[in-house]
Amino acid sequence: MRPLLLAPALALALGASPALAATIEVTIDKLVFSPANVQAKVGDTIEWTNKDVLAHTATVKGGWDVMIPAKSTGKVTLKAAGAVDYFCRFHPNMKGHVEVAP
Amino acid sequence: MFMRSSTAALAALFFASTAPLAQAAEKPTDPQIAHIAYTADTIDIEAAKLAIKKSKNKEVVDFAKDMERDHEAVNKQALDLVKKLKVTPEDNDTSKALAKAAKEERAKLAKLKGADFDKAYIENEVAYHKQVNGALETLLIPSASNAELKSLLETGLKIFQGHEQHAEHVAGMLK
Repeated sequence: MRPLLLAPALALALGASPALAATIEVTIDKLVFSPANVQAKVGDTIEWTNKDVLAHTATVKGGWDVMIPAKSTGKVTLKAAGAVDYFCRFHPNMKGHVEVAP
Repeated sequence: MFMRSSTAALAALFFASTAPLAQAAEKPTDPQIAHIAYTADTIDIEAAKLAIKKSKNKEVVDFAKDMERDHEAVNKQALDLVKKLKVTPEDNDTSKALAKAAKEERAKLAKLKGADFDKAYIENEVAYHKQVNGALETLLIPSASNAELKSLLETGLKIFQGHEQHAEHVAGMLK
């Protein structure tokens, strides 16, 4: 009986972290990331929804580089804590900021 | 050397032709503004096509492809808007001056090769976007009377400012 009782507990423990992870939505409209500043935790996902007819990227120097095609979405799962600035490689005047808590 | 002179020539042509239009009585009309915007976009697409064909530098080719893709997307939006507004783009002196200067620039670029071409193309992209941004800010956006056209030009300005920074970044890498 014991292993049977343990199994769900183990599954719950293993599943706990992804289950609590949140998806943070950021919209891109007319070359603006909105909201430009977001707060997240390690394990959370940021998903960008691009309303423009232009492709964009969300790029961190020396870090992640997410392609966000025109009228589409792109996402990244945050793996490291810390604050990062990101920008669009195609339009470097587009800027955003993410604070990632441990 | 040649870049400086050609840029100056383009600036002279462009500003000489826009200066009269800047006067209140001769502000460009919406059909003229639409034509100028479309012409400015098309010029950059032509330059990009030349760079994609001629350059062997990955950064330069990638940049040119970005320009081609963005300006084609903007032109499509512009054409959709003029259709919706039932505006017929009207040729004018500014469009003509832009097209003439661009033709001369392309002829000069076509004669260059390798790193000389890459440098000249990117430097011209920086200068060209700077000029178009100046015209958008000081003449085209303030002159546009239709709200949707004005909004499209404002988005266009943000795109072009982004391209200018992108071009400056690539220019920095070529040094």
